[in-house]
Amino acid sequence: MDAFIELDGVRKVFDVRRRTGLLRRERHQVRAVDGISFRVPRGEMVGYIGPNGAGKSTTIKMLTGILTPSGGRLRVAGVDPSRDRTGLARRIGVVFGQRTTLWWDLPLRDSYGLVRRMYRVPEDRYRANLERCVELLDLGRLLDVPVRQLSLGQRMRGDIAAALLHDPEVLYLDEPTIGLDVVSKTKVREFLREVNAERGMTVLLTTHDLTDIEQLCKRVMVIDHGRLVYDGALDGLHAVGESERTLVVDLEHEMPPITGVPGARTVKVEGTRQWLAFPATHSAAPVVAAVAGRYPLVDLSVREPDIEEVIARMYAERPTP
Amino acid sequence: MADAAVRRWGEGLRCYGLIVGMWVRSTMAYRLSFLMMAAGNFAATALDFVAIAIMFSHVDVLGGFSLPEVAFLYGTTSTAFGIADLTLGNMDRLGRRVRDGTLDVLLTRPVPVLAQVAADRFALRRVGRLSQGVLLLAWSLTRLDVHWTPVTVALVPLMLVSGAVIFGAVFVAGAAFQFRADDASEIQNAFTYGGTTLLQYPPTVFATDLVRGVTFVVPLAFVNWLPALRVLGRDDPLRLPAWVDFASPLVALGCCAAAALAWRTGLRSYRSTGS
Repeated sequence: MDAFIELDGVRKVFDVRRRTGLLRRERHQVRAVDGISFRVPRGEMVGYIGPNGAGKSTTIKMLTGILTPSGGRLRVAGVDPSRDRTGLARRIGVVFGQRTTLWWDLPLRDSYGLVRRMYRVPEDRYRANLERCVELLDLGRLLDVPVRQLSLGQRMRGDIAAALLHDPEVLYLDEPTIGLDVVSKTKVREFLREVNAERGMTVLLTTHDLTDIEQLCKRVMVIDHGRLVYDGALDGLHAVGESERTLVVDLEHEMPPITGVPGARTVKVEGTRQWLAFPATHSAAPVVAAVAGRYPLVDLSVREPDIEEVIARMYAERPTP
Repeated sequence: MADAAVRRWGEGLRCYGLIVGMWVRSTMAYRLSFLMMAAGNFAATALDFVAIAIMFSHVDVLGGFSLPEVAFLYGTTSTAFGIADLTLGNMDRLGRRVRDGTLDVLLTRPVPVLAQVAADRFALRRVGRLSQGVLLLAWSLTRLDVHWTPVTVALVPLMLVSGAVIFGAVFVAGAAFQFRADDASEIQNAFTYGGTTLLQYPPTVFATDLVRGVTFVVPLAFVNWLPALRVLGRDDPLRLPAWVDFASPLVALGCCAAAALAWRTGLRSYRSTGS
């Protein structure tokens, strides 16, 4: 399979100047991306995760040509984005979760019309794409509403549609589900899965939400401090990070810490509530069964491992360079 | 290479037109509000001339210039600046875009960033300033007591176009600085809004050093002072050679080149450093 996105030792160094006195300034360099290499074949959907400030957005900005890399080799569809930014722009779609690409004061319909003419989308393609987006993202009633009046979830759906009207070959999504409610999140995920399967579109998605990755991506890349610390399947990430899920149980009355549950240990007791940790790679069913069999349960819930936590563990195990 | 440059300019102008057209349509959705804004813009800028007219109710000449002559200076710079302000006046929003990161969005589109920034939130109400400039210029032309020759007649439109281009270049260069210093718009305002206020008065009322500054450093004197003095049949206070009065188009071209360089440098530095 041909590599659609190729990075070889890509670096991005920022010069940060800080005022230390009245006139004195201190300069130091920040390596936002510090030698990243990966390949994404055409049609793959990849999750790109990492804590805040890890270099995710910087990578996306280099992939779109907004930022020029300080070193290394970067190609998208065989093109160097920093050299031919406007040429490549026709072939990519970008969604920034934090800021809209739409025109704030205009209704969605006007924004879309402008996008069509900017990208010179043929009328029939535009109509077909818009219809599909309106149907899948449930935009019908929103088309005549000015963007500033849309809720965050509605705006995000509007943004995603805008990024797809010109039939991009690759879609970059920077935090597409940040701040969305559960219903909107589900809608966005369903839609992304659909366009990826239907059009064979390559999708690179940064997120904080592990559920996004679980539901959408077979492959996940983890970046921290500007370096790629993991590249592989999601299950493998849990194994590498030795992350743990947590079973929270409410008992009928206060009891000493729960013992004798295979594979789990009690990590916290607070009144009638107790927390049990078990490996993320294990199923929750036997743990629940073991507890329910011997203790008077009122309620229980399972918490998934936090991405930050998984990465923190992973990073702690790596020798610092 | 030249072919690519022409295509780029064509694409930039096409998109400028697209975005401007859309803003005009959205402005016209609230027609009454637009009319009031435009009238307000007209009135606010016309107050500058009211101040001059009040001065003339006490004196007959200002720096050796009669009221129609000052109105001619006022009308030419206001018209030239009005055109630049209408078409590029919103470029000083660039600093805000750099700060809040929305500039990145413009960089992901297949359209020159300059065209998108210039057309952003196109404010049609600024025709107010332009129209009061045109009105005063027309009035002064009917009242001026000068000997018109084909050369001086041709000088008037030439100076308006060159002046608009010079002010436009200042807007672009000012925006280019905002890539690095996002609060640079105030300095730019000194040259644009401040510049046009300066040019509304005869050069003879200002200190020679100031006149020298706006001739050789920021060449605003070429917007109207130098060619207008030729039309009015007067000598310039710096006693420059006669051909300088016709140099405005060349100066405008030079300003464009400098502004283009500043813009490219600013954009490149943004892309290497981010915000």
